[in-house]
Amino acid sequence: MYVNQWIEVCSTDDIDEEDVMRFDHKGQTFAIYHSPDNKFYATDGLCTHEKIHLADGLVMDNIIECPKHNGRFDYRNGAAKGAPACVNLKTYPVKVEADKVFVDLGA
Amino acid sequence: MVIIGGGKASARAAIGFREHGWEGSITIVSDETLLPYDRPPLSKAAITDEADPHAVLLLDEGMIASLGVTFVGGAGATSIDRKHKTVHLANGDEVPYHKLLIATGAEPRRLTTPGAERALMLRDLRDAVEIRNAFTPDKNIAVIGGGFIGLELAASAVSRGCKVTVIEAQPRILMRGVPEDISSIIKARHETAGTTVLTGTGISHIDATHVVLSDGSKVSADIVIAGIGASPRTQLAEDAKLTIDNGIACDAGMRTSDPDIFASGDCCSFPHPVFGDARLRFEAWRNASDQAEVAAENMLGGTKTYRAVPWFWSDQHDLTLQIAGMPGLGKTIVKRLLKDGAFILCHLDADGRLVGASGIGQGNVIARDVRLLEMLVGKLSKPDLAILADGTAQLKPLLKP
Repeated sequence: MYVNQWIEVCSTDDIDEEDVMRFDHKGQTFAIYHSPDNKFYATDGLCTHEKIHLADGLVMDNIIECPKHNGRFDYRNGAAKGAPACVNLKTYPVKVEADKVFVDLGA
Repeated sequence: MVIIGGGKASARAAIGFREHGWEGSITIVSDETLLPYDRPPLSKAAITDEADPHAVLLLDEGMIASLGVTFVGGAGATSIDRKHKTVHLANGDEVPYHKLLIATGAEPRRLTTPGAERALMLRDLRDAVEIRNAFTPDKNIAVIGGGFIGLELAASAVSRGCKVTVIEAQPRILMRGVPEDISSIIKARHETAGTTVLTGTGISHIDATHVVLSDGSKVSADIVIAGIGASPRTQLAEDAKLTIDNGIACDAGMRTSDPDIFASGDCCSFPHPVFGDARLRFEAWRNASDQAEVAAENMLGGTKTYRAVPWFWSDQHDLTLQIAGMPGLGKTIVKRLLKDGAFILCHLDADGRLVGASGIGQGNVIARDVRLLEMLVGKLSKPDLAILADGTAQLKPLLKP
């Protein structure tokens, strides 16, 4: 059975629009995104290609680009956008309440 | 479609043919038995990882099957018959081509000093395994050449417990690669790790236990590594009478002097539209990938021009260096300080146009800004110097019209 596990990540103004922040929780690492249309998204923090922290990468529109080998993903749904990134990123539900960003890390 | 080569360009082109709708055959010919694999880890993870060294395959069995690629490994191409559009292999087989991509890469330059046969060089996974097995704790390692490969191997040797001396003939390390501001930091980092870095020092000869320098002094060397640069592998193209000019000469669409033969990666030179059509040749992972992408499209009738700004990185100890564009074309430098001592040098030409960026820092701290600067180079941008110089000022707005 799916159990929600909402974790508070940061305030909405901690991440600029069209930017990304690293978030570590219980030994796991995530990347939290603030899109140009003022929505928030969350994915696994490491690139599926060679386990590089995506939060060091560049956000352009809805794409996060890995800082090492330029693997690209649509952070809204985790879709890999071509070589060298071939495996999609796992994404997590996000909600904003009272200017705080929460991510659902439930099983 | 036939590809000669077993590295990044080869793999990228095979994927590119299918991306652009090619439904016919694709054959990859490699003189190695391994499927196309990634070369950057050979000087680093393949040597330092606890796990046994292994190839990071760029096309594994599953991808070869799903792409419908025929892989012919272990029997390299020996000649190209342009008249009959056929590649001849070492095992006597012949592979006919409609269009051919040469992606043979580069090979290490050989030392010519007496005793040079003792020096190990790095090109493929077998070399990496041999070097790894030689890097046992407390061995004395002499690395000849303070370029990227030599320094990466020096760092890898230290992480395996070796005592390392780097010997560089130029007045400083990375003379061709980066400004002194950056090379001095890299030198200091190697010295902190216990490595001795000798510069401005030629070599007389190598004997059974030492590297003997031109001034007669001796460096203990159980193992000698040579990393003194690379040469494009052009023999096949030369024999086939293709035009050679610091590598296989291509046009901006990656065509050689034969319209049915293309080349990509370290083996070829090409005019670069971002830098006044100067004829360039790069030895870099992303360049190999970008060029193969262009070549694949054009081999199928496309009219694409290669205009990606060059970019590469080097990891040494906990430092990452990144270079974008052509810093050597710059006349002035603006320094952009980032957190934790990291910085990026922005290189501008006499007209104030950004032509390159070179940065250094721990981990990937410089990556995002170098990437943005690379995009600005590609846009022939003349950015506001005050923004470049302020590490807290966002670069992204400079890209927007």
